[in-house]
Amino acid sequence: MSSRERILGRVRRALADVPGEDAPIERAYLREHGDRSVEETVELLAENLADYRAIVHRCTTADLPATLAGMLAARGTKTVLVPPGLEPSWLAEAEAGQVPDRVESTPDELDRVDSVVTACAVAIAETGTIVLDGSPDQGRRRITLVPDHHICVVRVPDQVVSSVPQALERLDPVRPLTWISGPSATSDIELDRVEGVHGPRTLEVVLVADQASAEVNS
Amino acid sequence: MSGTFVGMPAFPRAAHEAVNNQTLRGNLRHATHTIRAKRANAVAEVSDWAELREAGKRIKDHTLRHLDRYLVQLEESVVAAGGTVHWAADADEANEIVTQLVKMTGESEVVKVKSMATQEIGLNEALEAAGIRAYETDLAELIVQLGKDRPSHILVPAIHRNRGEIRDIFEREMGEWGRPAPEGLTDTPAELAEAARLHLREKFLRAKVGVSGANFMVADTGTLVVVESEGNGRMCLTLPETLISVVGIEKIVPTWQDLEVFLQTLPRSSTAERMNPYTSTWTGTTDEDGPQNFHLVLLDNGRSDTLADEVGRQALRCIRCSACLNVCPVYERAGGHAYGSVYPGPIGAILSPQLRGTASEIDASLPYASSLCGACYEVCPVAIDIPEVLVHLRERVVQGGPVVREGNKVVLKPAKGHAAERAAMRAARWAFAHPGVLRTGQRAASRTRRLHPRTLPGPGKAWSGTRDLPAVPAEPFRDWWQRTNGGTSETGGSK
Ligand code: SF4
Repeated sequence: MSSRERILGRVRRALADVPGEDAPIERAYLREHGDRSVEETVELLAENLADYRAIVHRCTTADLPATLAGMLAARGTKTVLVPPGLEPSWLAEAEAGQVPDRVESTPDELDRVDSVVTACAVAIAETGTIVLDGSPDQGRRRITLVPDHHICVVRVPDQVVSSVPQALERLDPVRPLTWISGPSATSDIELDRVEGVHGPRTLEVVLVADQASAEVNS
Repeated sequence: MSGTFVGMPAFPRAAHEAVNNQTLRGNLRHATHTIRAKRANAVAEVSDWAELREAGKRIKDHTLRHLDRYLVQLEESVVAAGGTVHWAADADEANEIVTQLVKMTGESEVVKVKSMATQEIGLNEALEAAGIRAYETDLAELIVQLGKDRPSHILVPAIHRNRGEIRDIFEREMGEWGRPAPEGLTDTPAELAEAARLHLREKFLRAKVGVSGANFMVADTGTLVVVESEGNGRMCLTLPETLISVVGIEKIVPTWQDLEVFLQTLPRSSTAERMNPYTSTWTGTTDEDGPQNFHLVLLDNGRSDTLADEVGRQALRCIRCSACLNVCPVYERAGGHAYGSVYPGPIGAILSPQLRGTASEIDASLPYASSLCGACYEVCPVAIDIPEVLVHLRERVVQGGPVVREGNKVVLKPAKGHAAERAAMRAARWAFAHPGVLRTGQRAASRTRRLHPRTLPGPGKAWSGTRDLPAVPAEPFRDWWQRTNGGTSETGGSK
């Protein structure tokens, strides 16, 4: 008998006493917590991101290239990893050398790159989380992992949801997903929080709104 | 379960040693109290916690009730997504499967994400015996591995180590395993973390095989989920060419939507965060992104036996958040090592004796490693009634009875050394049923209390040898109650 059959047989015998009918799974929990306007949801995202030690920036679509160029320059970035589908205009003003994300690039090559810029799939306000799903403007999972500095651009309010349940609805489980809430962190040494043991030590999130809504905001 | 813990003394003895270890007690107290307070805040932020807890419980119960069906569905989904599924009835079989899979890649080292399932089966030791080196990559697990030590907490496995000790371990051992610690390493957490980063990065960048566990497996999509903080998980899950995940069969949830419950309750219960820094999900393999070979090893190793126990099966709902450890007054003093298992604390006290049986001394003693205060049940995000299972297991240890071991029904004999306790329990039951006798006995005990020994003589010795007998109060409670009118007047009485 194969182990598969053995295990399934044991499971079935173990359940022999269980009555057939099933209590329905009640989902009495909330789809989101609190009653917020769209602006307030974006505000909450910014707050929670910052609370988890991500650095938050805001700008309009028109200002994005200058904002990104400024951020990279401020950090002294010489090379920046670029996913294949990243909107080319975003990095039009950046002075850093652009390194395309290639299948062949080795982890060692990625390790030598200073920064990476990506878009995201969805951002969750209540938890301060950005989710990447490997789409062309986000690239392979490893490019946001090996370099020490990750800049993620979130289009607000379109890409922002309130809660975890709302995020899961939007995401495709077939894609490999990376949920990021702040930079890599550990509390393993006497519970002192230290940023970045393995993943990027610095996470910067740019909340970008188109002109109109940015004006409404200000 | 794991070879690591063979020869562990039974809980009472191990706990006795731990209680006398000042450093350990201090560290544990600090850790459990800090996490406990933070957790309460994180939970208070979500107004529907009770509903989430109830839903989590029901989803898990439903899954367990149809576990055979969901296992088959999961297998189909994983295979359809490009993965390979293996079934392991016990630890030896799981170790053999993983060893063969690694050998087939031609590699002699693997990087590992912290995983309780692989600790449970003693995978590192099995790989070592086959000439394969397994590198733990979680910072705490690295500290434990380099220190030739055992984890003591589910969430912060090296909590029993101070920064000074960690520095010394790094300086002494890192060179043996790869990149040595930097010159002049101090004991600041940031410097220690940096040393670990450099040491481990070297391994990640060259690793061809990764080994992980998983927090959840989604039956309808074949998705696996790993929840972590440091990014070492992401490294192991995405950089190697081959990924092998060893996961207990109880870790299934039926649908993608079900994750919405656990991704809310797990981080808040565990690290007291709204969301942990990183969560990775993957479904089979993805072209040009991450490992191109994915193997899932489904591990039974006592889980189907646990499922056969009507009262005890609820332990399989556990999502390993470790909240029950942090509220447990016994764990706080005894420490994680005293439990002689990779599963310490209240959950360990009910899970280990079920997975391993109660034949060994340590396993027979674990159901007693509790004050039955109920705090663990209150805090559990899937509402496992740990006290209920503890009492159930005590009964089994003391009285014996039918259980399922390796799929077969067997009848257990009462455990040795518990005959006296059985007699004591019977006597207590009788006394409680005869209040007059109890009263007389208590008064007699109070009057003679100075003469009471700290251990019981004769057949009571085995029982009291593992317990510090409480001092007998100067006055029985019921006398005090009557004398003071239920505590309303200290002097006046209704005598
Ligand atoms: S028993 Fe409950 S509280 Fe304890 S680790 Fe498991 S899920 Fe968490």
